[in-house]
Amino acid sequence: MNDETPLRPEDAVELNPTHHFRWEEPQQAHVLLYPEGIVKLNETAAAIIEAAIAAPTIDAAAKTIASRYGRDDLEPKIMNFLEDARAKGWIRVKS
Amino acid sequence: MPKDGSGLSLDGLGMPLWLVVELTYKCPLKCPWCSNPVDFERYRNELSTEEWKDVLRQGRALGALQLGFTGGEPMLRPDLEELVAEAERLGYYTNLITSGVGLNPERLRALKAAGLKQVQLSVQAPDRELSKSLVGLDVFDHKIEIARAIKAEGLPMVLNVPVSRYNIERTQEFIDLAEDLGVEYVEFANLQYYNWALLNRAELLPTREQIDLSEKLVNEARARLGKKLTIYFVVPDYYDNRPKACMNGWGSIHLTIAPDGTALPCQEARLIETLEFPNVRERGLAWAWRESPAFQKFRGDSWMKEPCRSCDEKEKDFGGCRCQAFLLTGDAANTDPVCVKSPDRGLIDELTGCARSDSPRCADKLVMRDIHKRLAAAATAKA
Repeated sequence: MNDETPLRPEDAVELNPTHHFRWEEPQQAHVLLYPEGIVKLNETAAAIIEAAIAAPTIDAAAKTIASRYGRDDLEPKIMNFLEDARAKGWIRVKS
Repeated sequence: MPKDGSGLSLDGLGMPLWLVVELTYKCPLKCPWCSNPVDFERYRNELSTEEWKDVLRQGRALGALQLGFTGGEPMLRPDLEELVAEAERLGYYTNLITSGVGLNPERLRALKAAGLKQVQLSVQAPDRELSKSLVGLDVFDHKIEIARAIKAEGLPMVLNVPVSRYNIERTQEFIDLAEDLGVEYVEFANLQYYNWALLNRAELLPTREQIDLSEKLVNEARARLGKKLTIYFVVPDYYDNRPKACMNGWGSIHLTIAPDGTALPCQEARLIETLEFPNVRERGLAWAWRESPAFQKFRGDSWMKEPCRSCDEKEKDFGGCRCQAFLLTGDAANTDPVCVKSPDRGLIDELTGCARSDSPRCADKLVMRDIHKRLAAAATAKA
């Protein structure tokens, strides 16, 4: 999968193997830890990453999130966020 | 050390997110820009394994997340694997900052099994000969072997290049080496002039033209390699108009523990002789971080003098580096003289004006990290 190809709903994504994603009690937030860096995620960002790396496809993750929040108009926003997360090197498309 | 391009994007909420433990000042290499104190031999009473474990526990309780094992050479501590295992149990993201000397495939496997997440390997030259003259030992081949072993273990690796006049014109060769090794990150760390580097500043400081050319090559490589290789380029602050946001502010998110248990806001802070730093052997880490006078001294902005006090950028750079203000102006509370608003900026211009572009020669010009040579050099300077 080329880095430049836009993400598709049928793609599966995974965490960049150099990154760790976990709940951090003192921060009361999910964090991403990686070489030379820490990112504290807000609740929405954490929910999307958590769902996306657990689901077989982005589409399936979007459905999980939609049912969790009781909304069905979120897929474009999820897609945008995941594109951003990929550009930052947090996640990648599973090959 | 502050990193241009490093991914820090949170307010620490008063927690020391970044804990650096200098396990020992001992090191087989003699790098003439070492960040350890020039009188490192005074601090021989290293913390024991149990004392370090206690430091790690206390750090985690204070909210530390990133942990750097460094030195000196941390591989000289036979208990490193045990300390990494404890750090992993406590939930740190554990980094090893090493010259590679003392690291072999067996210890590497043991460290990975113990939970090590990342290795930062220093490489001072792209070839054996220059490497030997810069670090005082023939270790280049070993470094390359160990870099390949780190990749073979699947650990992410940062190749750390301390940049000076002696290697800045080899930028492209370093990039090619990083590409060949398949590392994920290269950090071109232009030297910051403290301790041993300060002692050798006249010999090590590159010119503005050399830095611009190096950065141009870095930018070309970034465009060509994209996400395959992330290249950090630490700005040499003498050539900037504004000071670095040193440590994200004093006592803000960084906490360093020296080999003897002294708690410091950064690895160089000990050089501010007017401050008395707390020691974890005497009082706990929580007290050192939250209450000790040394950590309180430059927190926030109430300590600032003009021009910082009324400057609208004080939230951005926190007045720069306290150590640099102390070293160059004699008062750690002054504005970092790198700032063009500082009345002392002339000191920096004078220094950069003396930077040379002639071909450097190692022999006898550099004071290597060797206590006896340093004392001999000091005696010659006085005579």
